[in-house]
Amino acid sequence: MTQNIEKFDVIVVGAGPAGNAAAYTLAKAGKKVLQLERGEYPGSKNVQGAILYADALEQLIPDFRDSAPLERQVIEQRLWVMEDESYVGATFRSDRFNQMPGNRYTIIRARFDKWFSEQVQKAGALVICEMTVIALLRDESGKVIGVEVDRKDGKIYADTVILADGVNSLVASRAGLRQDIKPAAVALAVKETVFLPRETVEARFNLKGSEGVVIEMLGSISQGMAGTAFLYTNKDSISVGIGCMLSDMKAQNTTPAELLEKLKTHPSVAPLIAGGETREYAAHLIPEGGYKALPGLYGEGWLLVGDSAGFVNAVHREGSNLAMISGRLAAETLLELGEKGLPSSAANLARYKARLEDSIVLKDLKKYRNIPETLDSQRQFLTDYPALLNDAAHEFFTVDGRDKASKEKAIFNAFRERRSLLGLLGDAYRLWRATR
Amino acid sequence: MHIVVCIKQVPDSAQIRVHPVTNTIMRQGVPAIINPYDLFAIEAALALKDQLGGKVTVLTMGPPQAEAALKKALSYGCDDAVLVTDKLFAGSDTLATSYVLASAIRTLDQENPVDLVLTGKQTIDGDTAQVGPGIARRLKLELLTYVSRIVRVDPAARSIRVERRAEGGVQVLETRLPALITMLEGSNEIRFGSAPDLFRAARAQVRRWDRNAAGIEDITKVGLKGSPTIVSRVFVPSSRARKALQIGFDPANPEVATQALLDKLLAEFPKVKKELDNKRAAAGERHE
Ligand SMILES: Cc1cc2nc3c(=O)[nH]c(=O)nc-3n(C[C@H](O)[C@H](O)[C@H](O)COP(=O)(O)OP(=O)(O)OC[C@H]3O[C@@H](n4cnc5c(N)ncnc54)[C@H](O)[C@@H]3O)c2cc1C
Repeated sequence: MTQNIEKFDVIVVGAGPAGNAAAYTLAKAGKKVLQLERGEYPGSKNVQGAILYADALEQLIPDFRDSAPLERQVIEQRLWVMEDESYVGATFRSDRFNQMPGNRYTIIRARFDKWFSEQVQKAGALVICEMTVIALLRDESGKVIGVEVDRKDGKIYADTVILADGVNSLVASRAGLRQDIKPAAVALAVKETVFLPRETVEARFNLKGSEGVVIEMLGSISQGMAGTAFLYTNKDSISVGIGCMLSDMKAQNTTPAELLEKLKTHPSVAPLIAGGETREYAAHLIPEGGYKALPGLYGEGWLLVGDSAGFVNAVHREGSNLAMISGRLAAETLLELGEKGLPSSAANLARYKARLEDSIVLKDLKKYRNIPETLDSQRQFLTDYPALLNDAAHEFFTVDGRDKASKEKAIFNAFRERRSLLGLLGDAYRLWRATR
Repeated sequence: MHIVVCIKQVPDSAQIRVHPVTNTIMRQGVPAIINPYDLFAIEAALALKDQLGGKVTVLTMGPPQAEAALKKALSYGCDDAVLVTDKLFAGSDTLATSYVLASAIRTLDQENPVDLVLTGKQTIDGDTAQVGPGIARRLKLELLTYVSRIVRVDPAARSIRVERRAEGGVQVLETRLPALITMLEGSNEIRFGSAPDLFRAARAQVRRWDRNAAGIEDITKVGLKGSPTIVSRVFVPSSRARKALQIGFDPANPEVATQALLDKLLAEFPKVKKELDNKRAAAGERHE
């Protein structure tokens, strides 16, 4: 006997930030929403420890600070350009920036996603976990009319399907809505959570109360590959991780675990995490192909949001915020169509793309559209410059018999030797171009 | 058939760690699961329902969060769920817990006569294996512990036959209904619920009973007050890990290798050696 499950207005696949933002917006507006998540609970599959950018969430849940499980408010950002034994860094800490309400927070994704999902359920969406969508259902014309899940009697119908199933989006690839991601358009990141007593975290980073620090790192730690590393403080743990382009890792035959081990023993990093207990090792892909690698974002009866659409700004390590914004915009598009009594045809869903073009999602991705290629073809940004910078600092800060003018000259010569004068000018231009 | 399955929500002990510095249990982020042994009881109940029809009710005593465990049980295909929860129950030991659950089962029995009660053989966080037998005793149910297989239930004859793992073999036991069974691990594999089952579970209202709804008559028998058990000390046992011994091995000469292995083992366990020697001596005597 097959039992039929009733039809929904919208099915949202995935309960990460993108899916939650979409489901929340739709359910709040009274739509009949079904959200399916393959993990045991929302967040169970999601890489731990991340930066939450307040703005995107504030647009959905203005008073989120009252109940969301936030770890620490980021009050200090450090950028380290690294050599094997040193780093040259910049630090930003400002009372003006740090005024409440905060702009960015560290979070533990497993906890945060669970909280977010509770808000979605309170708004009225039906959320079902441990259900994996394996295929899209289509009518004779090819329009998407529902999903099929990995369980018996698992065909479920809806007017529109929003795919928020993350970077791999097997559903979209399998349904031919987008191509499989290419190794050159995706980074492989690994991350560990290192547990330490709260007081130790606060003492090591000069923090009090719920203040937190983020360190972004680049340079020799990525061994010449396109990639960056990071370290965030949580309440009683530290997230540390590194990500590099998958194509580079393949070419160099390195594993992310090796990179992470090396990062953790770097003399500038090791003392920060010393004595902690490592738990929650996780590896995850990040779509970093940028604007030029974007797939089709909508079609007959379907929309892509968040990572499954490739919305990540690798330069600023922004992903979850773009996920939330795109989820909200997809939902708002459907609400607009609903008000006007229009169906979810590709022609009508084009309004979603227009909304994205108008938001930071596509504006920022467009601005940085040349970054992936620039970094791919111009390795000096990741190898020569960090080394030169560290050597320069070494030279500059060593007080010995030599006069300052000679020191400056030596530094300049070192740069010119490695990159030539034209090379230096070209690099400056390329970097400027890539960020236009 | 009305089958009641008693389950407990427990922390996933596979994910609990002891803090290396402070020696305290780190519960942070440890997910709560259905006691793994109880899954065998749930599956056994569902299999009986498949065969004979009827209804499976899952029952737990616990804090409000334990509702998640009941919903999970519903998603496997159980029909009804009852959470017995009351601040008064906090700190209940196995004696008090079996009193609460027995009262709740009696109440369920008034709604719809209960033929069979199933539980796991024990919990992974308490390891006592006392609650099931406690319920059986209080409700005067026939008790079958460590059951590895339910061979057959005959509702007309009101009888049940099971296989029970016992030292040295398997016992085949038959008794009357109503009975209480504690299921052994590995006796079956929990099913993968259908999509409609998951929908039903997601929408289901778990019934919440406080002490009155559960029919508790004597509140001095519940909670800390009703719990004579005293936990005098909790400690981390020292690790017993030892280095593996390596014994040289010549593939051409397996007998020698076997003998070497035996000698090593017997040297490690003198008690076993003594027993073996005695047996050998006795056997030798008989041969003479
Ligand atoms: C190491 C690392 C560090 C990062 N740090 C940051 C950071 O600091 N700040 C930031 O903003 N971003 C960060 N990002 C990026 C950010 O995590 C992602 O951009 C964001 O999670 C995307 O959200 P999403 O909802 O699109 O996808 P996800 O969060 O990946 O969620 C997808 C969900 O869909 C579910 N799912 C998948 N397939 C199916 C299926 N077939 N059926 C049902 N469910 C399915 C998954 O289980 C998952 O829960 C980081 C990423 C990584 C890997």
